[in-house]
Amino acid sequence: MIAQPKTARHPESGASSPLSVRDLTVVYREKPALWDVDLEVPAGQLCAIVGPNGAGKSTLIKAVLGLVPVASGQVRFFGQSLEQARKRIGYVPQRGSVDWDFPTSVLDVVMMGLYGRLGWFRRPGRLEREAALRCLEQVSMSEFAERQISQLSGGQQQRVFLARALAQNADLYFMDEPFAGVDAVTEEAILHVLHQLKGQGKTVVVVHHDLQTVRDYFDHLTLLNVQVIASGPMDETFTPENLKRTYGERMRWEA
Amino acid sequence: MSDLLLIFTDYTLRNVALGSAMLGVVGGVLGAFAVLRRQSLLGDVLAHAALPGICLAFILTGAKAPLILLVGGGLAGWLAAWLVLAVLRHSRLPEDSALGVMLSGFFGFGVALLTFIQHSNNASQAGLDQYIFGQAATIVASDVLNFTVLGGLALLTVGLFYKEFKLLAFDPAYAHSLGLPVRGLNTLLTSLTVLAVMVGLQTVGVVLMAAMLIAPAAAARQWTDRLEAMIGLSALFGAMAGVSGALISATRENLPTGPLVVLSMSAILLVSLFFAPLRGLVWDWARTRQHRRRVRLERLLLDAHVLHTHGTLTPQALAERRREPVAVALRNLEALRSLGWAQEHPQGFILTPTGEQKAHELEQAMRVLPQRVEGSS
Repeated sequence: MIAQPKTARHPESGASSPLSVRDLTVVYREKPALWDVDLEVPAGQLCAIVGPNGAGKSTLIKAVLGLVPVASGQVRFFGQSLEQARKRIGYVPQRGSVDWDFPTSVLDVVMMGLYGRLGWFRRPGRLEREAALRCLEQVSMSEFAERQISQLSGGQQQRVFLARALAQNADLYFMDEPFAGVDAVTEEAILHVLHQLKGQGKTVVVVHHDLQTVRDYFDHLTLLNVQVIASGPMDETFTPENLKRTYGERMRWEA
Repeated sequence: MSDLLLIFTDYTLRNVALGSAMLGVVGGVLGAFAVLRRQSLLGDVLAHAALPGICLAFILTGAKAPLILLVGGGLAGWLAAWLVLAVLRHSRLPEDSALGVMLSGFFGFGVALLTFIQHSNNASQAGLDQYIFGQAATIVASDVLNFTVLGGLALLTVGLFYKEFKLLAFDPAYAHSLGLPVRGLNTLLTSLTVLAVMVGLQTVGVVLMAAMLIAPAAAARQWTDRLEAMIGLSALFGAMAGVSGALISATRENLPTGPLVVLSMSAILLVSLFFAPLRGLVWDWARTRQHRRRVRLERLLLDAHVLHTHGTLTPQALAERRREPVAVALRNLEALRSLGWAQEHPQGFILTPTGEQKAHELEQAMRVLPQRVEGSS
């Protein structure tokens, strides 16, 4: 049943939002990386987090997932704690965060998405292989299943990470710069998956760096620069005024 | 051959070989994870840090039972690893500095304790210094049993937590996001490495132990792209080095086992680095060379083709076009001929149909490349 299209999970009446962040502050050494962040992510939408370099975009994702220590604040997923909601959360880290010369195959990496579900001491078997293959199909990487991962291009690596997260069959996805430095085919594949996920009623939070495309790709926008500058529906939030406040007088535009 | 048979008949040699082989297997398996997690140096710290633990165990218990000393060594190694992690978490010291400081600090303390013990007129202290470079000849059947239990425990645990360790080595942040207890798994894996070090203390000693963690894994990585196979090969290489080190030292006078085990392992690593298919340096080098040669010949063929179409494929014309001596041009034409791309002709040379065909294909392929601006050659 993993990663197969299913009918949208209807938000129960009065259900809490997929991600609700309150007063989140993260401090590296002395300098705050995130300051008093409040964020409500609406269900079933594609949400972008945008901001200049060093604005804390990746840190925000890592902090809500418990990957970096949090100085203060509260994070709830579907009204639950991280531990309770863990199985409903999928994560696509930056592809540069791992060593792609690791001795393993594409299919093996995708199956890692099932490890949380498998539980202790159980090895992935035939069912897991099939589920992983279906996820590879969704990102058009089926023919690479047995490849050693060092033979992949950057875009292919990104699609493998995406497939691994799909295998988790989560309701809320966090993706850290999935569009960074990928080829056109991969960009198409990622967009296709994003829309598929949305069609299944899932929520996706994406750290994005490209102001040119953000309006076309996403429904909801959060502008971040250590603090949340603005957050809301794309049309209301993507304004010159807000962008200027986010990127500031320093005008340190991203490449 | 008769030397090899000694393994089955000679009691001492059998124990030494078994002990060394056990070390090779356990070191190989745990080393594979250490190398992939870029924690080879942590293994080195663990091993060196065992020395003060061994000395303290001796001082506290007065016993020389190997198992007690090994446990002391293991605990000290474990403490050192924990300290390294604590220092990294709470200070700005870079990782290599933290590792280096901990290694020399613990080892220095160990040497000081050793000297203290040696001057305390304790008659039973003789032989404690064997743990520095190892003294495999002292391995007896009860030691082999100890190694088997310690090593077996380590291997069994790796088997149980294989998929978690694999994910931990590849992508710890993702493992964390799945809800795996990453810190606990880290501690477990480090503790298993401590067990491997304990297996090696008597055979290769604290100084050479790191080699038995790093070298088998590094060699195995050369031969395979699959983790399972890498771990298996790593264990096999370690065992091979253990047995051959024991055999060589048994058949020659005055050759210590531990260093020979490490030397055997280094030999396996060298062969792997140079000759393993795909990753071996020799094949790498050969492939580059072959590729260069092919490109050079293709350029030559294209030049020859231009002259051929003007009907002037002579050594002189080729030499002029390529700005090379006529003798070189002649040799180049010979090369084309031996490939079956050119043949002699009353006016010099012409391309064979095969050569023309090949030249056309190359020209087609070149069209795809970005065009160079005319006259900018």
